[in-house]
Parts: sequence; structure tokens; C-alpha cells
Amino acid sequence: MQETTANKVAAHSTSSFTEHLQRDRPELLPQYTPFASGTPAGQPLGVPHATTIVAMTYAGGIVMAGDRRATMGNIIASRHIEKVFPADQYSVLGIAGTAGIAIDLTRLFQVELEHYEKIEGTLLSLDGKANRLGAMIRGNLPMALQGLAVVPLFAGFDTAAGIGRLFSYDVTGGRYEEQEHHAVGSGSMFARGALKKLWRPNLPEDEAIAVAVESLYDAADDDSATGGPDPVRQLWPVVYAVNRAGARRVSERELATMAGNIIESRAAARREA
Amino acid sequence: MTQQFYVSPEQLMKDRADFARKGIARGRSVIVISCEDGIALVAENPSPSLHKIGEIYDKIAFAAVGKYNEFESLRQAGVRYADVRGYSYDREDVTARGLASVYAQSLGAVFTAEQKPFEVELAVAEVGASQDLDHLYRLTFDGSIADEHNFIVMGGQADKVSGAVEGGWQRDLSFAAAIRLAVKGLVTDNETPDLPAKALEVAVLDRSSESNRGTRRAFRRLSDQDVVELLAEES
Repeated sequence: MQETTANKVAAHSTSSFTEHLQRDRPELLPQYTPFASGTPAGQPLGVPHATTIVAMTYAGGIVMAGDRRATMGNIIASRHIEKVFPADQYSVLGIAGTAGIAIDLTRLFQVELEHYEKIEGTLLSLDGKANRLGAMIRGNLPMALQGLAVVPLFAGFDTAAGIGRLFSYDVTGGRYEEQEHHAVGSGSMFARGALKKLWRPNLPEDEAIAVAVESLYDAADDDSATGGPDPVRQLWPVVYAVNRAGARRVSERELATMAGNIIESRAAARREA
Repeated sequence: MTQQFYVSPEQLMKDRADFARKGIARGRSVIVISCEDGIALVAENPSPSLHKIGEIYDKIAFAAVGKYNEFESLRQAGVRYADVRGYSYDREDVTARGLASVYAQSLGAVFTAEQKPFEVELAVAEVGASQDLDHLYRLTFDGSIADEHNFIVMGGQADKVSGAVEGGWQRDLSFAAAIRLAVKGLVTDNETPDLPAKALEVAVLDRSSESNRGTRRAFRRLSDQDVVELLAEES
């Protein structure tokens, strides 16, 4: 192509924050060059790992919840970590895997969406957001092969279709739309088992939130890397509900009541396993 | 080879300034008013999609008059500057002062170095926790920057409009009152006695967006419907 002014202007106009950084400030982007030698086999790198995230659809939107634990081998690295974030007004993002990289990636993704909205004057479509996140995860593939994987769960309200939708990813950036409900992270097997029994179509919002909290309780019961509700420190899962009105963080008070109810009913049932 | 005529630098700058002023004077006015609820930005703009007012960052908005392609490129540059800064440091570290000084430098550079100066005038507004902490900056085509108080009027008939706004400005205006005052100012440079909501572009920087709307992003564009309701509230 000819190097005309018009071509230059067109080539330089982008609505993507990541592209802008790649071109003008590449040093600000997360640089994940793999180490030459790699980590010694069988020895996990001593960095915090984030664990279980669950998400489900309900009548009018989606709910996403994450426990509050990060682990480093057999050590609890954090009891307070938050792993579910609002990506923008109509979508939320939950992360499992290497916490440091995942939090970095979340921050970049949030700016990416807001940047697009401000430059273009309109929100990105839900599919557009999901694809963008897939590309970012694929960018982390070299690190994932070194054992520093990030596996997000993305969910949002599709304003065009008027429904809530869920997306899961693999480390190569593959994007899979999930139906009904899904979970990722170390406790996801147990959470998914619980969801299969607890979830039903068209749950009202408060019941969906209770189901999310209960499935995390079951995950924490059997997975040592997932934290359960902690009445001693007053720590509850982080839960977001997204519907036509936007994303809302469920209040601590609501969660305390729900977690309290679950603990009470389990205690009353006197079941051992 | 053709002989270049000598033009004195004074004459050159004066010609450029006159050229830019003429371009700006053709445009319709934009008003930015600081009031009790926050900062209201009102523009006369018949297009619903080609905006003269835009969001830059959490507490910062942008308003412009002049040539669309020129101020739009400046707006996008501002969004990029703010997002890069907020991403590399922290969201709190993005300030209107920093942005305004970047704008001043680029306008100044274009004015002296380029073929033709930008025919634009900009306002950068930052809403603070209280009215005393609001910042309003006016930037002109040659890169001069002015720290304004209470309100800014830009555009063709700025003097006339400014007079009307000054007469009605009070510290404790609500958004509705501030927007009505701005519309009253805008019609003074018009032949027609009133402006329909469709011909207005209105946005606000909400001083308490965290408590009112649960978001740190204070900028909100008002729909035609909202504007009609606000204007009807009168008396």
C-alpha cells in the first residue's frame, strides 16, 4: 500500500487499548517471556494460585461467585483474595490459576473494554468481549506451558439477545459457550456436581445466589484449596449478579445470611460425608 | 527558483491566529458549568452521534468547538493518554491538570510547526468531591491554557452567551437549573427563540456517582427524553 497520509491515519486508528500499548508503549504490557531453563520438574513455582469460580444463568441474567482463598502449595497464601471482578457494566470475569498473572490480565481487560467504549461511544458486543478475552489468554500460552496458567470464566448479559450467557476458556485461548452453569478451578469438579443437583431453569435471583454459595461450600468441603464461608473472620464468597440493569455486587449482609442458612441446615441434617 | 517573500514572525502568527479564530467563530457554542450536583456540559449539536462532548476518564470530561476531525483526534488522544496513565500508575493519578497540559503542548506544537493551526477550542473539566475542588481548563488553538472558575463558554458568540450565563450563575445550582441556564445562554446567539432537546447535546459529571449510581465513572450522557424532562421542570 502507498504511504499516504490517509493510509497512515487509518493504520494508526484503533479502538483497542492493547493494540495501542503494543505500538506505543510495549513495555507496559505484561511481558511473559518463558525462562530459558524452565522450572525444575515436579516443583511448582512458589506463587499464589486462585481456586474455584462458579457461574450460572438464572431468570433474567447470570450469577458468578468465587471463594476467597489463594494457595501456594500446601500453604494458604490469602484468605481475602477476590477473584470475581466486574469487567464492565454488563459482564463479569472470574479467574482461576496463577493469581498474579490473572489479576494483571483482568486489569488490562477492564481497561480494554472501557477504552473501546469511550473511543467508539458504544459498548462492545458480548461475543466481542468474549473473543477479546480469548486472545489475551492465548497470549499467555508460553507461560501456561511453564505451569503458570490462567483459566478465566466470563459471563455477562447480552443486551441484544436479552439473555445471560457464560463462556469458559482453555489455556490456548479456546472459547466455549456454556449452557446453564459452569465452574473452573481446583474445586470445580465438586462445585459442578453440586450445581447439577441444585440448579434448575429460571431460578429467581436470590435462589441462584444461594445455589452459588452452596456449591462453593461443597467445593470447599472436598477441595483443600477452596475456602468455605468463614464466620469467624466474617468472610463470604464474592458474588456478582448481572441482569438487564447491569452488574451488582451482592452485599456482605445478604451473603452472611445465606452462608449462615447453609451451615445451619447442614448442621441440622447431621450428615458426616 | 522562485523568490520566497519575507514574512515577519509577528505577521505569520497573527495570520494563523486570525485563520483559527475565523474557523472557530463559525461554530455553535458549548457551555460547561460547575454547580452543586457536579459539572454540566451543554452543546448545541443537531447530530445525535457526532459528539462535541465526551468522557475522558472517571472524573474528567472533554468539550470542544471547531472542526470535528481535529477535536475528535484530540479527544481520542486524550482517552489514550488517560487510560495509559491510569493503567501504568493508578486510576487516582489521572488528573485534568496533566491532561490539559498535554493538550496545551500539542496544540502549541501544531500552531507553530504545522501547515495550518487546529481550528478548535477545548474545555477539560474535572469534578471534585466538593465544588471548590472542581477544575475547569480552557485551551485555545495556540496552546494557551487558562484555569477558569464557575463556567466556560466557547464558540462563535462566546461573549454574548457568556454574559447571559454570568447573570444567572449561582453557587447552589442543581443540574436541572444549570442546564436550563446554559440553554438560556445558548439561545441568545440564535435567531430562533428556543432550542428543542433534539438540537442539544447534554452530559453531566456527577459529583456523587459512587453513591448515586454505584460507579466511579462520573460521566453520564443525558438522553433527549431526560433533557425534555429537565427543561420542563421550570418554575
